Amino acid sequence: MKRFLTPQGVIGFTLIVIIVAIGIFAPLIIPPDMATKMKMTMRLKPPSMGYPFGTDQLGRDIFFRVLLGAHTSLGIAGAAVAISVLIGLPLGIISGYARGAVDNVLMRIVDTLLSFPALLLALTISAMLGPSIPNTIIAIGIAFTPFLARIIRGEALRVSAMPYVEAARAAGTNDAAMIWRHILPNVLPLVIVQATISLAFAILAEAGLSFLGLGTQPPNSSWGLMIQASRDYLDVAPWTALAPGAAVALTVLALNMFGDVLRDVLDPRAQ
Amino acid sequence: MTAATAMQPAEGRPIIKVSGLRVEFQTDDGMVAGVKDVSFEIQPGETLCVVGESGSGKSVTSLSILRLIEFGGGRIAAGSLEFARGSGEVIDLAKAEPDVMQGIRGNEIGMIFQEPMTSLNPVFTIERQLTDGLKRHRGLTGEDARGRALELLREVRIPEPERRLTQYPHELSGGMRQRIVIAMAMACRPRLLIADEPTTALDVTIQAEILGLIDRLKRENGMAVLFITHDMAVVAQMADRVVVMYRGDVVEEGPVRDIFEQPREAYTKALLAAVPKLGEMRDKPAPEPMRILGDETLRAAAPPPAICTRREPLLTVKNLTTRFPVKGGLMRRTVANVHAVEDVSFQLAKGATLSLVGESGCGKSTCGRSILRLVEAESGEIQLDGWNVRGLSRLDLRHARRDMQMVFQDPFASLNPYRRLLDQVAEPLVNFGLASGSELHDRVAHLFDRVELPRSFLRRFPHELSGGQRQRVAIARALAPNPKLIVADESVSALDVSVQAQVLNLLMELQADLGLSFLFISHDMAVVERVSHNVAVMYLGRIVEIGPRAAVFENPRHAYTRSLLDAVPIADPARRRPHDDRSFRPLSSPIFPVGAPVEPSSYDEVAPGHFVLRPLAAA
Repeated sequence: MKRFLTPQGVIGFTLIVIIVAIGIFAPLIIPPDMATKMKMTMRLKPPSMGYPFGTDQLGRDIFFRVLLGAHTSLGIAGAAVAISVLIGLPLGIISGYARGAVDNVLMRIVDTLLSFPALLLALTISAMLGPSIPNTIIAIGIAFTPFLARIIRGEALRVSAMPYVEAARAAGTNDAAMIWRHILPNVLPLVIVQATISLAFAILAEAGLSFLGLGTQPPNSSWGLMIQASRDYLDVAPWTALAPGAAVALTVLALNMFGDVLRDVLDPRAQ
Repeated sequence: MTAATAMQPAEGRPIIKVSGLRVEFQTDDGMVAGVKDVSFEIQPGETLCVVGESGSGKSVTSLSILRLIEFGGGRIAAGSLEFARGSGEVIDLAKAEPDVMQGIRGNEIGMIFQEPMTSLNPVFTIERQLTDGLKRHRGLTGEDARGRALELLREVRIPEPERRLTQYPHELSGGMRQRIVIAMAMACRPRLLIADEPTTALDVTIQAEILGLIDRLKRENGMAVLFITHDMAVVAQMADRVVVMYRGDVVEEGPVRDIFEQPREAYTKALLAAVPKLGEMRDKPAPEPMRILGDETLRAAAPPPAICTRREPLLTVKNLTTRFPVKGGLMRRTVANVHAVEDVSFQLAKGATLSLVGESGCGKSTCGRSILRLVEAESGEIQLDGWNVRGLSRLDLRHARRDMQMVFQDPFASLNPYRRLLDQVAEPLVNFGLASGSELHDRVAHLFDRVELPRSFLRRFPHELSGGQRQRVAIARALAPNPKLIVADESVSALDVSVQAQVLNLLMELQADLGLSFLFISHDMAVVERVSHNVAVMYLGRIVEIGPRAAVFENPRHAYTRSLLDAVPIADPARRRPHDDRSFRPLSSPIFPVGAPVEPSSYDEVAPGHFVLRPLAAA
């Protein structure tokens, strides 16, 4: 608990609570037309009392769009990272623990996938599945898996070589118990840190897909979609990118701070 | 601004005078003093040994003199470090400017680090590393620097110095690398040489050579030597004067003879008592517990382990051979084999201790792990109390492992940092279904009592314990399934000497009470002499000599056993052994090409139960 109560931990945690709360409650509180209502007379207005973050190219209120975009952005990124951890963690652990032929086969597949840029991979999958939010989640989730699996495999390999694993084997521990009691807890801190970093990249990946018309579909808003849409107006209306950009940056920062602290909190050595 | 004051050099003036040194480290819990109040001085041509257990601040002291401590987060809070420079001026290193320090480090003060594997840069040749300091401090260039480098290699007596210059560190053996490190430290003829545990990572025969080398260089160059070690035996062999440190303070200081013969302080006495001395078990029929002095160990007069009267064998190993393939080439085919264990046979009686001794790479650990089938042997037979261990299926093997447990070397790595001690000690009981629920808790609690750990530790994590306490946990875990055999692989090597004595006594006590058999794997001849009933000496995968402890130690018949025993430093300054630092052994390798003919081991029985390997035709 002492570790958690560092400035970094408190700030990170508070920010995450606020951002997640916005993601969950904003769609319930804010009427959807607040963010989708177009007002051609109010196009590209700078921030003011009525429009704290300004308006976009269709005269929509950026403040509400950012608040509502949190839901889509965080939801997609969170679900996608969850998928990649769910696939990548067992894959990596089995590969690193079993070694030999299993490792070779799994890692060659992973290496092949890794040789494509993650975004290209997500793009391909997304294009195959068709544009929808669940498909975007699946696409990003799968695209992020190889990287995670590779890193986890390396860590599992390292942990498997530790004397306490050999000691447990000498004490008659079978493979399933070995993974559950000894490998997993020692690999988990790395997974947590990686997942928080991946979450940041996933928010950006969703933005990329949305830009290419494969992610979030207008008139729904997501931070990535907003950043991409602002591209044409950056010179006349920089605030259109500023608010969603700041939202992404703040989320990423909060996640990193929180991830670091979480890792320390979970480490019994640091208590 | 320099704090230097010009002074005339005078005879009898110390090279370094440390007064009231205090070093602090900033941690999460505030300032912690690594060194509280340390003072000493070293005269030219004198070796001062700073000895202490881990955490005593001995390394912090040496790093402070070089002001390297600042790179490790430390700060010199008080005190002075007066160093007499070659020019005659005396400078306070504690206040010297960084650029002045750069001109002193590696130039007027040389440093030898513990780990020869990591203190050389793997991507540069030996020549590059040796000439670096010469170029910077002496302004030598090209051929001159090379010539001086060659001279240095000859001085540290490295064979074929011309060829060595073009080699990389990984091409050299550990002892050779440490010679290079010493040559680097000596490159600019330092006035003060700091050696921080320079032989701890080396084998005992190489240690003897390196100690001889440092001693000769000191005499030839009139250097002052600050020698840091935890090993009282090395102190006895090397020191002119000794500083004993404990928790950042100097406990006692004096000439080496006084420290060993009339120690004044209780801590020094306890430290000396805990050191086993080779040869002190002469004429004693059975192993004896270590002497322990000091407050916490009043019950130190542990009962001596029962003399082994029962002679039935528990473990019989016949012709055990374990080889590891060396893969190479494009197709990753096996191009050679490491013959880690080659045709090893021995018997271990119930309730007895057999020690496997030898230097690193001799196969003693692999032998122990092959018996537990943590590595798979290639051929041979292992009989453990009715189990044919090598013929067991995976399932049967798990059951057989109830009878044989292992205690590993590194107490920090052999416990899972993320599990509570209760769960870790309970693990074998859970695995074998021996206990559950409250019975499980009770049994683990009893095991904690048995290894003399408080029950409050049950809920703790490994990092909260000291090294010795962790090793007790590891012993408790090994004891949990009531094994008959415990393989102790260097189980006390990583521990401080006083803790080592306590753990050894615990092991002997357990043996007496529970009738355990120990396969005790160690490189430390003095410890082995203390604990063993029988001893097997291993060299290049084979047992070269095996027999009762007294026979092997008092009447060694194999040349290797003799050289090993000769090389062991003795913790008695009256019994110094001058070592010739030239005694190079040819580098023997246990790597053989695939299908190379291998001779079986055959032995001569020189006395009842005392066997010596016949010379191999190929060797």
